[in-house]
Amino acid sequence: MTTDQPEVSGAEIALENVTKRYPGQKAAAVDGLTLTIPAGEIVMFVGPSGCGKTTSLKMINRLIEPSSGTIRIGGQDVRQQGENELRRQVGYVIQGGSLFPHMTVAKNIALVPKLLGWDADRIEQRVVDLLDLVGLDPAKYRGRYPRELSGGQQQRVGVARGLAADPPVILMDEPFGAVDPITRQRLQDELLSIQRELRKTIVCVTHDIDEAIKLGDRILILREGAEVAQYDTPENVLAAPADDFVSDFVGSGSTLKQLSLARVSSIELADRPTAWVGESTGEVVARAEAEGHDAVVVLDDRGRPLGWPWLRQLRGHDRVPSYDAEKLNTLDSRATLNDALDTMLTSSHGAAVVTGDRDQYLGVISFEAVTDHMRQLEREAAAHGE
Amino acid sequence: MASDTVTDVPARTSRLRSMPRGTVTMLVVPPVIVASVFLVYVVWRQTATLDSIEESQLAWPTVWKLLGEHVRLTVVSALAVVAIAVPAGVLLTRGRARIAAPLVVAVANTGQAAPSIGLIALLAMWRGYGFWTGVIALTLYGLLPVLRNTITGLQGVDPTLKEAGRGLGMSATGVLLRVELPLAGPVIMAGVRTSLVLVVGTAALATFIDAGGLGAIITTGISLLKVSLMVWGAVLIALLALLVEWLGRLLELFTRPKGV
Repeated sequence: MTTDQPEVSGAEIALENVTKRYPGQKAAAVDGLTLTIPAGEIVMFVGPSGCGKTTSLKMINRLIEPSSGTIRIGGQDVRQQGENELRRQVGYVIQGGSLFPHMTVAKNIALVPKLLGWDADRIEQRVVDLLDLVGLDPAKYRGRYPRELSGGQQQRVGVARGLAADPPVILMDEPFGAVDPITRQRLQDELLSIQRELRKTIVCVTHDIDEAIKLGDRILILREGAEVAQYDTPENVLAAPADDFVSDFVGSGSTLKQLSLARVSSIELADRPTAWVGESTGEVVARAEAEGHDAVVVLDDRGRPLGWPWLRQLRGHDRVPSYDAEKLNTLDSRATLNDALDTMLTSSHGAAVVTGDRDQYLGVISFEAVTDHMRQLEREAAAHGE
Repeated sequence: MASDTVTDVPARTSRLRSMPRGTVTMLVVPPVIVASVFLVYVVWRQTATLDSIEESQLAWPTVWKLLGEHVRLTVVSALAVVAIAVPAGVLLTRGRARIAAPLVVAVANTGQAAPSIGLIALLAMWRGYGFWTGVIALTLYGLLPVLRNTITGLQGVDPTLKEAGRGLGMSATGVLLRVELPLAGPVIMAGVRTSLVLVVGTAALATFIDAGGLGAIITTGISLLKVSLMVWGAVLIALLALLVEWLGRLLELFTRPKGV
């Protein structure tokens, strides 16, 4: 899908016959799990609650010690080094962010680099870079305390904290479970955009199959005792579920699920007139009208969309004003068509603004473009069936 | 970015401004009461005609000396309480010692339920009279609130935060010092304040074992049937207790981590 693939910075994770047995329990929580997670991929662990997916995840950074079996990261047995040293090299992102409430955003992010003994200037720079990467203005947010942030912002900081020491492997435990659906979709888009840039190995636990389909390069579907029901790409899981358990879990209406597979980037985006903050309104309006449009996308000085006002809203100003980007629901180019439809429903334009890496403006996706694409998929499927 | 950041200073307000009005009242009212009642005492002391006993017991040098002893007893005992109860509370929330926590709290509870005068007398029989026996008695008496609040405070720290700390690669000690204790701080400090008030009041009994303190004025009043001495002795101790409780609140407020 993407043409330029950056270098993989992740490391392979290999689980070999890993078992976790809790004292006093008959059945093992995880029973002989063997699995290879390729470097630079996102692998989603899904399954019903109590299937051992979280236990499996926590054994990778030794928050839970396996009863038997070996786990290797980049070929090295995780038990060869001290647990604290190991964990400082494995990013960890938790539901809701789990930020330390008595530390500022900057201190939360700086935690692991400090443990690793980085010097102050390097940490400082890293905090600024990471806040930028997760879409928070460093000048505005670094000095804030977690309670002064929204749920989505806290989760973003949580992701930044997990990435802080630039670990090759990142573990995520239901990272977006605690936020509302629109914020969740945004965070997922952002994660995909970050991953496009960083190419880490990401292991992510979720109970949401749609999230797994959207984020995963591969999906691991587990049943009780962490027994592998299927481990494959989302396309294959949807097209050829291994058994009834998987097809039940993935759910019915898999043609609709195809909407979760198709990405915004597979549709040609429409061009819309843009304007920079501070530009003379007269010129902007004239330009837009010349192109036959009645709204413009306002960008900040880094080319990130801030708002999408109608021309009549602009006419009251001499210069194009700044908008609160939080209020504009944008779509990442890796978002699914499902997300695109959701986002359009909340927009008065019947379309949505699409962004690429670091929230750069790419174009606009319209409702008609999505329905056209769906119709074409249907025609193809029908042709295929005949 | 450069254009819009100047006006958008991080939301940072002073501690006083961010406090609810109730808290501000709690901080302003006690010192005002203490000052005005003390003023009444001073006026009474300078204008009333006193007999020789009152004259000697309420002589300013005597009152200052007794006050000094009382404060010293309180401060030394409170420091001992913190030095013992906080580490004990920490230990009782780690590993296997956790099981013992309810037992230890129960024992400390019993200690506090025992009448303070009895505790002081028993200790005096064992250790003899004097300042340090007083300190031991007051320390024992003041242990419970700090111990209980240390345990409660540490248990109240969100377990996901502790796991987050470990998951990020902090050592167990690191999590204790940089996550658990700061977050449990306000609860622990509330225990310290309660303990201070208990100790200040109970220190009035220290005079029975020659450990000094303002209690001497009351006991003299009782044995010589001087109502003025009893009343003013009690009032002075009450004022000191109010003042100490107020200082405790200040301490609590200023040790509260920002952002919590």
